[in-house]
Order: sequence, then C-alpha cells, then structure tokens
Amino acid sequence: MIEISHCNLAYVQGASQVKVYDNFSLKVEQGESLVLIGPSGCGKSTLLYLLAGLLQPTGGEINIFGERVMGTRQKTAFILQEYGLFPWLNVEQNVSLGLRVRHMPKRMYQGAVEEVIHKMGLWEVKHHFPSQLSGGQRQRVALARALTLKPDLLLMDEPLSALDALTRERLQELLLEIWQEQKLTTVLVTHSIEEAVFLGSRILVLADGRPTHVMGEILNPLVGQSGYRQTPEFFQKTSYVRSLLEGGIVG
Amino acid sequence: MTQLRRGFQRQFIGYLGAVLFLLALWQYAAWSLSTPLLPTPLAALRATARLFSDGDLRKHLWVSTYRVVLSTFLSLLLGLPLGLIMGYERRIDRFLAPLVYIIYPIPKIVFLPLILLFLGLGDGSKIFLITFIVFFQILVTTRDAVRKVPAETVSSLRSLGGNRAQVYRYVLLPASLPDVLTSLRLSMGTAIAVLFFAESFATTEGLGYFIMDSWSRSAPDEMFAGIIMMALLGVGLFIVVDFLETIFCRWQHLKGN
Repeated sequence: MIEISHCNLAYVQGASQVKVYDNFSLKVEQGESLVLIGPSGCGKSTLLYLLAGLLQPTGGEINIFGERVMGTRQKTAFILQEYGLFPWLNVEQNVSLGLRVRHMPKRMYQGAVEEVIHKMGLWEVKHHFPSQLSGGQRQRVALARALTLKPDLLLMDEPLSALDALTRERLQELLLEIWQEQKLTTVLVTHSIEEAVFLGSRILVLADGRPTHVMGEILNPLVGQSGYRQTPEFFQKTSYVRSLLEGGIVG
Repeated sequence: MTQLRRGFQRQFIGYLGAVLFLLALWQYAAWSLSTPLLPTPLAALRATARLFSDGDLRKHLWVSTYRVVLSTFLSLLLGLPLGLIMGYERRIDRFLAPLVYIIYPIPKIVFLPLILLFLGLGDGSKIFLITFIVFFQILVTTRDAVRKVPAETVSSLRSLGGNRAQVYRYVLLPASLPDVLTSLRLSMGTAIAVLFFAESFATTEGLGYFIMDSWSRSAPDEMFAGIIMMALLGVGLFIVVDFLETIFCRWQHLKGN
C-alpha cells in the first residue's frame, strides 16, 4: 500500500508562505490505478514529485509498500510531462538509460531492452532521436523506459496531453493493457475527464486553490472492461466528474 | 552513410568555391594595385611551396599549431567543468559569478608584458595568454548553457535513480555541448589573433614571428606565405570543431519526420 500521512509542503513567495499541502493524507492500494484530476495549479503534479521522492515534504511522511520515501526509489518509474526524454540519446539509449544509471552491464539489460522496444512497436525507429519521432512514438519511448525498470509503482504526469485524439485513445488502451497485464500500481495526473474515467479504478477530483484538498472521490469498478468507453456507465461517470469539476471551479 | 558522404562532398565543393573566389579577388587586387607589396597569389603560393619544402615554414606552422591547440585544450579542460558546476550549483555560482563577470570584459591581452615577465619568452607565456582568454569564453558559454537546461530534464534523470555526478554526465554535459562547440568555433578566431600578437613579440618561432620577420626583411611573398599558413591553421581548426559537432551533436541537426 502507498500511504501519504499528514503531509505538509509549503514554499515562500515574496513575503508570504504558500501552503501546497496542509495535513494531506491519501492511501493507494496495491494494483490500484488512481487518477488525479483537477484545475491547473491545484497540486496534482506536486503529489507525483513527492511520491517519486524528487520533493521532500516539510512535515508528515510517505510510505510506499512499507518503505519510507526519503529520495528516489529503485522500483518507482515516473513519466514526466513532455515525456522527459533526452534529445541527445536515440530511442534505444533513452530506453536503457534507467538501467545504465543503475550500473547494470549492457549484456545484462540488452535483451530486456530489445524486448520492450519490440513490444512498444519501436523496433524500426530504435536508432532515431526524439526529434525524429511523432508524439505518440515519444510517449511509447517514455513508457518503454519506465517498463524496463520493472517498477511496482508507475507515476505519470499528463502523459498523453500533447497527442491527437486517435493516438491518445490508442495509447490509453496500451496503458490499460499494461496496467492489467503487470498489475502495476499507477498514479496518473490528467486534465482529460474521459481519460480519467477510462484509466482510473479510482478518481480523485482535486479542488481549485491551495492548500490541495480532495473535492470528490469516484470509484470506477468497470474500468478495463472491453467496450467500456461506449457504455452508458462510462458516460455517467464522465458527467459526474465534469459536474464536480465545474462545481469546484464556480464555487 | 551515403547521406553523410554527400554532405561532405557538398561541403568540399563549397570550400573549393570559396577558395577560388578569394584567389580571384586577390589576383584582381594584385593586378590593379601593381605594387611589390602585394604579390600575386601564384608568387605567394610558390614562396609557400619553397619555404614549406625546405622545412622553415613547416617548423613555424608546427610551433603555432602546437601553441594554439594546447591552449584551446587547456581552456576546455578548465572552462568546461567549471562552467558546468557554476551553471548547476547555485551556491558556488553566487560566489564565483561576480569574480568572473569582473574579469571577463577586461582585455586580457593587456597583461602580456606582465605574463612575459613572469613566464618568460618561451611557449609558456603564449599558451598562458591564449588559455586565459579562451577559458573565459568557454566558461561563460557553458554556464549559460547549463542554466537553459529545463529543470524537468534533470528531474527525469533523477527519477531514473541518477545521482549528482550522473546528472552532469548524462544531462548537463550533452545539453551544453552544442553551445560549447559554437563558442569554441568563435574562440578559434580570437585564439589565432592572440597567437599572432603574442608571437610578434620577442620570439624567433611561430607564424606570427615569421610574418613580422618577412615584413621587416621586405619579402612580401614570404610574408604572404606566412599569412596563407595562418589562414590554413584557422580553417583547419574550424573544420575540426565542425567535425566534432557532427559527431557529438548530430541530434541537433536532425529533421522530424
């Protein structure tokens, strides 16, 4: 289980202190796909940085599968906004970088890297640099890099926001497939209501303003069922999330 | 590979065209001025071939090349790591930046008499002076290049488990390399100009000395042989930096599909 307990986080802006998190708590069950949705600046991405160990809370603690987060963790993979690829490395080098920084010898990871590259449909472009790839391909590279780390927790910060509608849907299906296949615990931040309902087994709607607080929590047990996108339940859930968000913004 | 070869071919034809154009311009100037001070390109090239084959010019070219290449290498060796550190470590930058910004605009060449006094008339003083000048150019460019690296790129590596040293190796160094090579290319012109200046004082070796010596002996064809060698040295170094850029910064020049 992932447990965020009574977390505080604040930064200084001019003469005043802005509280991003004030006594914030949250639990995520193993194998759950949690989606965070909310207006810009509500602290969604910051939560991912805290979980990834890239930011430290000023109070409270975060435990991931029984281990207290004090810095980055070997089995947490984080896909940042804009994919976080390195433009000077080709696809293969980008995918294997996580293993290289962990000092794994090439002969140990080469097979696994090639397998993931194949699986993600990137074999033909494995020697291409990110600038030569389409948005969808770049996203696949980021995903491939995350998967080579064999993570137990996958964090994604608006991973599909820059893609066209069709590519986006195709990658949503791929993400769902990976989540179901690998029983990964995932925490995903998105602006898209449809994406939240399509990918989240639980959806947290965060309120506008600071400190961050949860405005609504929606359980979504039908997630992953085939043809879910076309069902009345899917439509109901998206309408509900939308009404929560609109209410939050107006109120 | 074919694309690369075609690229080189196109580049070669471009260089050849430029050389022919400059030679034609020179020939025209020599004809129209018709003065012994400006020999024709043919006379200068003949003098170059003669002096080169008897070894005299070769020796001066070697000394100058050695001085300028070693100085540039030393500047990189010192300026690149310090620039990376200043760009990334804010605390160190806060301490060093004022110092760098005060020294950077001072024309370092004015220290030549002092440098000659302390380091003598040999190679040391020339190498020190060029290094002193080029070092600052590389330092400032690298520092500014590192500051342009988006925080997300660093976070991306750290999220993969990268430590501080790996941030330098996998992010800051490759991200700043294109700017460093551009600055190196621009520094080449400065380095050779400083070399000429430094070599025209109290020395008996180097192209600068050779040019000034030919001038004082009223041997314009020999002086031009020295100038040609100096130009070749500059172009050669320029090509080397270009070549390094095609190897290390190929990703910068690729078009999307």
